[in-house]
Amino acid sequence: MDLQSTGDVAAALGGTGYLCDDSLATVGFLALKMQRPLLLEGEPGTGKTALAEALAEALDLPLVRLQCYEGIDATQALYDWDFPRQILHLRALEAAGGTADVEEAEKSLYDARFLLARPVLAALQQSPAVLLVDEVDRADDEFEAFLLEVLSTYQVTIPELGTVRAATPPIVVLTSNRTRELHDALKRRCLYHWIEHPGLEREVEIVRSRAPEVAAGLARQVVEVVQQLRDRQDLQKPPGVAETLDWARALHHLGTTDLDLATAAATLGALVKYREDADRVRHALDQMLRT
Amino acid sequence: MSDTDVWVRGADEVLLGFTRALRAAGVPVTQDRSHGFLEAVALLGLHDRRTTYDAGRATLCAGPDDLERYDQVFEAYFNARDGLPRSRPAPPTVPAFSDLPETDGEGEGEESEEVVRARASAAEVLRHRDVARLSPAERQRLAGMFASLRPRPPVRRTARHQRWRRGQVDASRTLRSSLRRMGEPAEISWRRRGVRPRRLVLLVDVSGSMSGYADALLRLAHRFTVAAATGRRRGVVETFTVGTRLTHLTRAMRLRDPDRALVAAGETVPDWSGGTRLGETLKIFLDRWGQRGMARGAVVVVFSDGWERGDPALLAEQVERLHRVAHRVVWVNPHRGKAGYEPVQQGVLAVLPHVDDFLAGHSLATYADLVEVVSRA
Repeated sequence: MDLQSTGDVAAALGGTGYLCDDSLATVGFLALKMQRPLLLEGEPGTGKTALAEALAEALDLPLVRLQCYEGIDATQALYDWDFPRQILHLRALEAAGGTADVEEAEKSLYDARFLLARPVLAALQQSPAVLLVDEVDRADDEFEAFLLEVLSTYQVTIPELGTVRAATPPIVVLTSNRTRELHDALKRRCLYHWIEHPGLEREVEIVRSRAPEVAAGLARQVVEVVQQLRDRQDLQKPPGVAETLDWARALHHLGTTDLDLATAAATLGALVKYREDADRVRHALDQMLRT
Repeated sequence: MSDTDVWVRGADEVLLGFTRALRAAGVPVTQDRSHGFLEAVALLGLHDRRTTYDAGRATLCAGPDDLERYDQVFEAYFNARDGLPRSRPAPPTVPAFSDLPETDGEGEGEESEEVVRARASAAEVLRHRDVARLSPAERQRLAGMFASLRPRPPVRRTARHQRWRRGQVDASRTLRSSLRRMGEPAEISWRRRGVRPRRLVLLVDVSGSMSGYADALLRLAHRFTVAAATGRRRGVVETFTVGTRLTHLTRAMRLRDPDRALVAAGETVPDWSGGTRLGETLKIFLDRWGQRGMARGAVVVVFSDGWERGDPALLAEQVERLHRVAHRVVWVNPHRGKAGYEPVQQGVLAVLPHVDDFLAGHSLATYADLVEVVSRA
């Protein structure tokens, strides 16, 4: 699909059920046109990861996901060799009478079929693709430097096989929860966008589009409650859009069409994930729903 | 066409002027960022104020702090109302610290050994003196002695393996060596889990009751940061100040020169010697950074006298939370090492059940102890 304007981007994403505001559409459009990675930051549950998924779906491209964690390194992101199968292969060669030529044997061992492509290499091979580098702030500094290299050249060199270059650079989306300040060099490569929680109307639209089975009235009630909870300062983890959706679906499964205190309290587990928060929210719901 | 050219060139001038204004307001805009901005605006067209605004946000900013400034500058520049927001306040003047000269010209010859010995024992005394009671000259002298601290980052085990004499079989290495012998089974290699530095998070209380220690504690934080960045085993150290608000100081602490780092810290922290709302700021730290990963599995050191103005119950709740997230919580109280000290402040009583170590922190010698505790954590 060819996207010629920010409106096209918003429409294409909207087609997949991802509703974005103008500035996110603009940044998305720029990322596609300038072929630059898109760095998304914001509260958990505001739809950073979902954007990459929606982009892949809208453009009809495969989504390759790289989940970062502390200690991740290049072999887990790029490629690895399938050693057990290589050993088997070597045994098979031997059983078949062996080859006289060491070089030949080695060549057959470091063949593409024993190569395990990890996400980054997979994204380069499958290009065009959408590469999601999720929670990049969890990885270490060294890994960031490595990513920077890949993201500026879109190519990877495997000593035994040669260089793999993406025919079309993948569309890269990085997400970060800001647990750690990312390196300036990496940020400079990227377009930056801070995703806010959506406003009331937009969040209702999001619930309507993502969970169409939920009754319209219920969707609005749910969002109103969630938005009020988000304004409170005392929650350890204010609910994100993902939690709103979970909660709306949970209520729907119980056959609720009108939010009442009993079902709300029974389904709180979909909305808050801390015991202390649950107490506070139950108290707040008491006041909100009683009136 | 030439008309548009002129117009575009004029527009570039305006846009670049904007990036300059932004830089003046304290957003670190580099050359390539400005370039990206021009490119983005060219792609989107100049007709719409909103798209220019979005393009700038995406290309020129790198964090929520930048976004706030960006909004102000954008408003001011393109509306040209009442000038640009003020740039950062001028740095406070800090006397340039310098070590005392090694020799002061006098006492050459046979006396020199005496002088050195005297100097060494003076240093030893200084090591144990309370840093809050030092004269400015002694402070300067002590500042130089911080370099003698050699913090090593604490470690954790990793998912990655490294070669070892025993442990698990290392299939890849075994294969490679057997290949060298044409597939004959060769010696088996072994591996074990490697180690990596653990993150170290320092929370420094800069409220009024701690003001005598702030300088020394920041020097200590700087020492931790620099040692972790340059040592054999690279680690990550994050520094925050707490008081009435939470300030992320890691960037300032990364400056190599201690005095420049302290000046940068002085510019960054807005609440020197203010009140203490430790419970609230700890909550902000946990909400914004800690729980999401920064304190998770980390060694967290809190420097505070626990002189809490807010609700001790809130403080206790937050430290308990911190303790659940972090690998180890070390509480450093400057008053602890003094004669007659009893943990009676409500703040201290509230946190004591939830900390792993409770240390003194009033002199260089106690900081050396802290360095030990941290590296073994």
